[in-house]
Amino acid sequence: MKKVIVILLSVFSVAAYAQPTADEIINRVDKNMSAENQVVESQMTIHGRRASRTITSVSYTVGDKKSFTEYLSPPREEGTKMLKLEDQLWIYSPTTDRIIQISGHMLRQSVMGSDLSYEDMMDDRKLTDVYSAELTGNEEIDGRQTWVLELEATVPDIAYASRKIWIDRERYVPLKEELFAKSGQLLKRSIMSDITRVDGRWYPMVIVYKDMMKQGEGTEFKITDIKFNQDIPEYIFSKAALKQ
Amino acid sequence: MIKFLLKGLFRDKSRSLLPLIVVAIGVMLAVFMRGYINGIMVDMIEQTARFNTGHVKVMTKAYSDNMSQAPNDLALTNVSELKKNLRNDFPDIEWVSRIKFGGLIDVPDENGETKSQGPAMGIGLDLFSPGSDEARRLNLERSLVRGSMPDSEGEVLLSEDFSRKLDTGPAKDVTLIGSTMNGGMAIFNFRVAGTVRFGNTGMDRGTVIADLQDVQHALNMDDAAGEILGLFDSGYYEDETAAPVVRKFEDKYTDENDEYAPVMLRLRDQEGLSIYVDMSKSMGFIITFIFIVAMSLVLWNAGLLGGLRRYGEIGIRLAIGEEKGHIYKTMIYESVMIGFAGTIIGTAFGLGLSWLMQTYGLDISEFTKNATTGVMMPDVVRARITPPDFYIGFIPGVLSTVTGTMLAGIGIYKRKTAQLFKELET
Repeated sequence: MKKVIVILLSVFSVAAYAQPTADEIINRVDKNMSAENQVVESQMTIHGRRASRTITSVSYTVGDKKSFTEYLSPPREEGTKMLKLEDQLWIYSPTTDRIIQISGHMLRQSVMGSDLSYEDMMDDRKLTDVYSAELTGNEEIDGRQTWVLELEATVPDIAYASRKIWIDRERYVPLKEELFAKSGQLLKRSIMSDITRVDGRWYPMVIVYKDMMKQGEGTEFKITDIKFNQDIPEYIFSKAALKQ
Repeated sequence: MIKFLLKGLFRDKSRSLLPLIVVAIGVMLAVFMRGYINGIMVDMIEQTARFNTGHVKVMTKAYSDNMSQAPNDLALTNVSELKKNLRNDFPDIEWVSRIKFGGLIDVPDENGETKSQGPAMGIGLDLFSPGSDEARRLNLERSLVRGSMPDSEGEVLLSEDFSRKLDTGPAKDVTLIGSTMNGGMAIFNFRVAGTVRFGNTGMDRGTVIADLQDVQHALNMDDAAGEILGLFDSGYYEDETAAPVVRKFEDKYTDENDEYAPVMLRLRDQEGLSIYVDMSKSMGFIITFIFIVAMSLVLWNAGLLGGLRRYGEIGIRLAIGEEKGHIYKTMIYESVMIGFAGTIIGTAFGLGLSWLMQTYGLDISEFTKNATTGVMMPDVVRARITPPDFYIGFIPGVLSTVTGTMLAGIGIYKRKTAQLFKELET
C-alpha cells in the first residue's frame, strides 16, 4: 500500500513539476506569434449590420517597430497604404494623393470599418514586454485543453489594461482572447482557429475579432499566406514608398 | 341702466380714467409679452427644426434608435423614390435630404503632408440644385465670416473658429477622413469656399457644411441619406399638424419587422424638444395669469381709492334707499365696461407693438456673436402674433377690473344705515 502511495505522489509531483509557469507559457506564445519579420497576405471580412465585405491586403512587418500594409481590393480601397514607424502611423490614399498622419484619438478608430482599431494594428509588442501573467485555470475549447491566463499591463502606453487568454496547452497558441479596459469592461473578444504549422511554429490562420462596443457580427481576419524571416527591402518603410 | 352708467363714466372721468389706463397698460404688456416670448420660443424651435430635426423627420428605424451617433451605415436608401412618394402623399410639406457625418479634417502643408487636423461634425445638404432653399434655411450667407458660399462641387464651408484652429481658410484644400456607408474608409479632398459662424459653441467648434452630392460621393452613399427632413409650408411646427402626418406615414411606410423601413418622428419627439414645445404653448397662460394677479392688485387699490372718493356718493345712495346689492352690482357693471374698453385699447397697442417686433425684429447678433449657449438662437428675435393674442387680453383686462372692484366694493356692505345721516351731517 505504501508503495502505491509513494508512486502516486511521485506521479503527481512530476505532473505538477511539468506544468509550466505563466511566464514560461507567455514566452512560448511569443515565440510562436512574434518573428523578426513577416510578410502576410490576408483577407479581412467585415460583417456589418447590413452587409459583409472583404478587403485583401499584404503586410510587411519588421519586429514591433516597422510595418507597411497595402490594400489590394476592393477597388475603392485598392492602393491605400499604411506605414507604421515606431509609434507613428501614416495613411496614403491614392484618390486624394495625400499622406495623412493618424494620431491621437483617431488611433482608436476602426480600420476600414472593421472591429480592429489602428491601435490594435500598431501594437506588435511581445506580450512579455508589456504584461505580467498569472495562470488562473484550465478549460477546454473545441476539444482542445487550454491554460487560462490573466494578464495585467506593466506599461502605461497600452490600449488594454488587462487581457484574459486561453492558450492551447499543446501548441502554445492563443485560441481565445478577451481584452479589457482599465474599468474592467470587456472591449474586444477574439477567437483563433485553423492553427497551422508554418516554418516550425504554430500560428492561427483565422482570427475573428469582435468589438463588444459595436453591433455586427465581427471581423474575420484570414491569413492566406504567411512567410517569416524574409528579405524585406528597407525602402518599403519610408513615406516615399507610400506614393509609389 | 347701461346707458346711465356709461354717461356716469364719461362725465366723471376720475371714476373711469385711472382704471382704464391701468387696464390698457396691463393688457398691452400682456399681449406684447405673450407675442414676444412666443416668438422667441418659436424661433428657437424653428431654428432647431431647420438645422436638425425638421418639423417631422424620416429615417430608418435602426438609424432612429442611434440617431445621436448619425450612423450612416443604417441610412435610408432609394431616397429619390421615397422623396417622390412623400411629395405625393404630403404635398404641403417640403422634403429635404440631409446627411450628418463625423470625421477628421486634415489640413495639408506645402508637401501634401498633415499640417494640422481636428475632429469635425459635418452636414451634407442640397446647396446647388436649382430652387433649393437649404442655404437660406440655414442662414448660411448671412453667417459668412470669410470667403464666399460654395458654388461648385467639392467646395465646403468650415466654421470660423475651426478653420482658425486648423490654420486654414478660403481657397485652401482640406481632406475629410471618415467612414463610408458600408464602413470603409472615406478619404476625400474638399476646397474651403468660406467660413461661417453659427453662434452655437458646439457647431462653431468644428463643423463642415458640404453639398449633399459631394457627401454622398465621399461616403459612398449613392441615392442614400441619413435623414429626410419634412418642413411644414406654414413655417411653424404644430403638434396638431404633425400628428395626422405621422399617422398617415406609419400606415403606409412603417414595417415593424424591417429595421431599415422608414419611420417618422415629430419634432417634439427629438432632442428633448417636447419641453420647449409645451413651454411655448403654456407660456401664454402663464403670462396671462401673472398679469391677472398683478392687475387685480392694482385695480383693487384703485377701487379702494375710488370707493373712498365716492364714499359720500354711496352714502347718499344708501340713504335715499338704494339697495346695497344694487350699488355693488352697478359698480361691477361699470368695471366690466371699463375692463372692456381698457382691453380693447390695450390689445390694439399690444398688437401694434407685437406687429412691429414681428415685422422688423430685434437684431441681437452683437450679443449672440460670442454666445456659449447650447441652444440655437437666431440673430434676429421676433415676436409672433397668433389668433389668441386678439382675445387673450380680455381675460386679465376684464377679470382683474371686476375682481378689483368686487374686493373694493365689499366695503359697501359694511356701511351701517343708522350712521349714514351722522356721516352726512359731518
